[in-house]
Amino acid sequence: MTTTQQNINEKLIPILEQISDPEIPVLSIMDMGVVRSAVIEGDTVKIEITPTYSGCPAMDVIGDDIKSALKKAGYKAEVDLILHPAWTTDWITPKGRQALEDYGIAAPLDAEADKSVLLEGKQLVKCPQCGSKNTTMISQFGSTACKAQFKCNDCQEPFDYFKCLK
Amino acid sequence: MNQNLYNYILGIADNSLILGQRLGELCGHGPSLETDIACTNMSLDLLGQVRSYYQYAAKIAGDGRTEDDIAMLRKEREYVNVLLVEQPNTDFGYTIARQFLFDVYHFLMLTELEKSTDLNLSAIAKKSIKEVSYHKRFSSDWIKRLGDGTKESHDRIQTAINDLWTYTDELFHQTEADKAMVEEGVGVDVTKLKEAYYKEVENVLETATLDIPESKYFQKGGKQGIHTEHMGYLLADLQYMQRAYPNMEW
Ligand SMILES: [Zn+2]
Repeated sequence: MTTTQQNINEKLIPILEQISDPEIPVLSIMDMGVVRSAVIEGDTVKIEITPTYSGCPAMDVIGDDIKSALKKAGYKAEVDLILHPAWTTDWITPKGRQALEDYGIAAPLDAEADKSVLLEGKQLVKCPQCGSKNTTMISQFGSTACKAQFKCNDCQEPFDYFKCLK
Repeated sequence: MNQNLYNYILGIADNSLILGQRLGELCGHGPSLETDIACTNMSLDLLGQVRSYYQYAAKIAGDGRTEDDIAMLRKEREYVNVLLVEQPNTDFGYTIARQFLFDVYHFLMLTELEKSTDLNLSAIAKKSIKEVSYHKRFSSDWIKRLGDGTKESHDRIQTAINDLWTYTDELFHQTEADKAMVEEGVGVDVTKLKEAYYKEVENVLETATLDIPESKYFQKGGKQGIHTEHMGYLLADLQYMQRAYPNMEW
């Protein structure tokens, strides 16, 4: 119960990789690390997902999307929401981090750096548009629960930073 | 059903529900876009946490009531949130002062609840504390900015702190359910959080060049369902949809 290992049947991975986070469509739920287990029992797939943030409205949509994708693949699906172990931004895969950056969202820094960025205004977050670290936080909270708002002082573009959650 | 556990869960969840409702009122009305988004984000976090608590409470009640019934269909006297969280958004100073005075408590409480022998509560606490640490950063930061800002901002945040101070002591009152749950290793002994709470609050107030209120007169009653006059109006707003259109769903 306390393991952070995912237990996912390999046959299901291609199906699950097709399902994206409704708020960040470039990111699959696998890249996001929210699928904690997926096992096949007869004609039923039992899946456990964990929310990024408690109030994340995307979770209900993700649950429905999983059910319909598995139905297409000929499975019945039971989706359970689990809280423990709690999701951390460390579970976003390297591919997912790259997808975030390409999409214009700065990927989360480690916990220490995150703190000095959000609290002390240190310039460590890289602008996803031009790569400059000459950036300023506008607000600790952004367009969704998981993001903060930044602007780049060089190319002048505003952008989202995916906050570290650990 | 385990009545003490049920009541204990409501004691935690109602605080977050009512504060979440207050913050949600600012959606589209915050003083600036950034603070508006911040308040509604915090509201969303709190409501998300509340869903986990009420789902668990509904399971314990086992009488067919759902999380929504528990959240939406109780009478005023059946809500056991502290008086602090129901206080209105008089101005941004009050919103921030209320948030800060609650966040410091909330963070300390969750830190202890993580150790609960009840695995559901411990899991919810572990999840919530990550979010609440962001809330506390936000509100502490604004206390400092307003306190150490202009004369106007200083005076207004000081007024809000002075006014809301009277509701802080109630955070550390134990209910019967609290006592029973502490006994079983499930609940948090809130009386033990008091010292750390005031120490942290006073530190931030000092940094913010604000005075620590001296009044020793404290209000209480929320935990027993006796609320301030603001609560009825808040519930009228919160419950309107379910009362007007019973059983409606998203
Ligand atoms: Zn740039």
